[in-house]
Amino acid sequence: MEKTRPLWATPLQFVFACISYAVGLGNVWRFPYLCQMYGGGSFLVPYIIMLVVEGMPLLYLELAVGQRMRQGSIGAWRTVSPYLSGVGVASVVVSFFLCMYYNVVNAWAFWYLFHSFQDPLPWSVCPLNGNRTGYIEECEKASSTQYFWYRKTLNISPSIQESGAVQWEPALCLILAWLVVYLCILRGTESTGKVVYFTALLPYCVLIIYLVRGLTLHGATNGLAYMFTPKMEQLANPKAWINAATQIFFSLGLGFGSLIAFASYNEPSNNCQKHAIIVSIINSSTSIFASIVTFSIYGFKATFNYESCLNKVILLLTNSFDLEDGFLTANNLEQVKDYLASAYPSKYSEVFPQIKNCSLETELETAVQGTGLAFIVYTEAIKNMEVSQLWSVLYFFMLLLLGIGSMLGNTAAILTPLTDSKVISSYLPKEAISGLVCLANCAIGMLFTMEAGSYWFDIFNDYAATLSLLLIVLAEAVAVCYLYGLSRFESDLKAMTGRALNWYWKAMWGGVSPLLIISLFIFYLSDYITTGTLRYQAWDAAQGQLVTKDYPPHALAVIGLLVAASTMCIPLGALGTLITRRLKQGDTAPVA
Amino acid sequence: ISHVLLCNVTQRVSFWFVVTDPSRNHTLPAVEVQSAIRMNRNRINNAFFLNDQTLEFLRIPSTLAPPTDPSVPIWIIIFGVIFCIVLVATMLLIFSGIRQHRRKNKGPSEMEDSEDKCENVITIENGIPCDPLDMKGGHINDAFVTEDERLTPL
Repeated sequence: MEKTRPLWATPLQFVFACISYAVGLGNVWRFPYLCQMYGGGSFLVPYIIMLVVEGMPLLYLELAVGQRMRQGSIGAWRTVSPYLSGVGVASVVVSFFLCMYYNVVNAWAFWYLFHSFQDPLPWSVCPLNGNRTGYIEECEKASSTQYFWYRKTLNISPSIQESGAVQWEPALCLILAWLVVYLCILRGTESTGKVVYFTALLPYCVLIIYLVRGLTLHGATNGLAYMFTPKMEQLANPKAWINAATQIFFSLGLGFGSLIAFASYNEPSNNCQKHAIIVSIINSSTSIFASIVTFSIYGFKATFNYESCLNKVILLLTNSFDLEDGFLTANNLEQVKDYLASAYPSKYSEVFPQIKNCSLETELETAVQGTGLAFIVYTEAIKNMEVSQLWSVLYFFMLLLLGIGSMLGNTAAILTPLTDSKVISSYLPKEAISGLVCLANCAIGMLFTMEAGSYWFDIFNDYAATLSLLLIVLAEAVAVCYLYGLSRFESDLKAMTGRALNWYWKAMWGGVSPLLIISLFIFYLSDYITTGTLRYQAWDAAQGQLVTKDYPPHALAVIGLLVAASTMCIPLGALGTLITRRLKQGDTAPVA
Repeated sequence: ISHVLLCNVTQRVSFWFVVTDPSRNHTLPAVEVQSAIRMNRNRINNAFFLNDQTLEFLRIPSTLAPPTDPSVPIWIIIFGVIFCIVLVATMLLIFSGIRQHRRKNKGPSEMEDSEDKCENVITIENGIPCDPLDMKGGHINDAFVTEDERLTPL
């Protein structure tokens, strides 16, 4: 008797699984940055257009393929056409790379979470130097949050060549992160289906709490006004449109095979069109929601820094000119400065170099994305709130939920093809397969806990998935429309779900979305070629800031390998099938 | 207090002072006064109800209080707790999964034993056909349609 395929207990579990996979760290730390860079409120226009034109159709395509073929990515694409088994393998390879480096962020979130239970928060004060007369120099030059991130968490080396040793503290956190992921995927859809209730819903609870807290912070309105004032001229900037398309593409997690894996556990009669629309809308709304929270916190932090800067200037002037305490305030600062400049010109010119020009705009304009936003900027804002331990714990707990939710999808993309393959699943039970995959990823992930680990993380983050995914999704769209046949797929879907395919989806799948992907691909290639050597930001401990350096040849080789490993699978798979078929034809021909 | 003389008083509460030695009738050198202030900074601050940020002695760097260092870093305690919980939960799930596997493997072999017994009973007893139906305890007949296809597509 054949084992029936495990199914989601309810369609709601499937929707939650897709939401918790798609809503990840990118919504929190990439979208607000893009919004800030490309015109604030006006960025929403290209974003929503790209969502409707690119995001929803491609998401529906992947879910429909998974639900129809009822197999993981390798099996599904092999069923579409035997020449396409390479596409499935490429998806698995990219997911494998993603799993390797993505869980390191969860490890860092665990590290910060465990350190949030102290008073005062360890990143709010600089440690003292040897003879206790002041703070450590690196901490003075940078800020305490930067010091805690670069020195205490990463113990970062000055360049990627100096690898250093494996740091045991992040390594322990990484092991814990992989244990938690293993615990969630251990039993397959049975356990994953229950975990996704938490990983999908709890981040929203925390985001709402943070929204309320953020909006009531002093100075939050500055940040919100700055973000949402639309800068219409950015609409003419092609980079805004390209970044909107890219963000939609990667935010939904297309091409990794996770969506196909999740959909393969569906009942065939499931209405995946409705679910595709729901998931993509929720994903984008979460991005916008998270950016409201982020910008109110930005505004708070910028206002706080601006006021501290003003206070420092006031103190300096009060001390130098022996003025009365309270005489100088933020309002009359400029007038008093002019008065002092005219009344005591010589003394004023002595003090003048030390007077910083405090500006709220420059504070707001420091746009950060990625790990810098999550672990430096946010922690700086949190340390200034009341009851900062509570906010810190909530925030890192939310980051963990988002990260683990995405990891569930990433591991599903690898495990579903493995458990589908009869060869492997006959030897090992699925618990053992999951365990081996987690163990392998954990061992390789130790690379990212070394002193230069953060630089390797940036390499993987920037290059492991970008080009390959564009190719994979392009191959998927072209395969379904032209190799398998759009009309054949349409009748399959109708037989499966009972609903006819809307003309809109057909138009998007056949024409618009592949064209968009091709143009994105061309843009990225030309960008890589025109920039010449690739560079990275390295932390200079002596200066206490980031400096730009060139990648050494072996790092460039690794980048090339990363991109090639996944993209080459597609042609190699087709070639392999061609060769085996020719060989079989050669064998059988003489018999006839 | 009678040996502390003030001079150069300004609008802010700031002043210069020298400390005289009553027995020898001369002012104490600045270095001695500075080191005395450094050692007793806390007492002086508390006398004025001020702290290092609000009471400044020019040219005397303040000795900062080091943050309290617990013997075991707090984060390791929390890490240990969560690590143990996750490990125990994982072990529980793995072992219950192994037990389920064993039960499934034993199940068919038990069925086979009872089938043999049934066969013996029938041959011995010259049996009525309804006995095997009772003993076998419900097999799914694969000839019939499985659950998936029960609903005919429209």
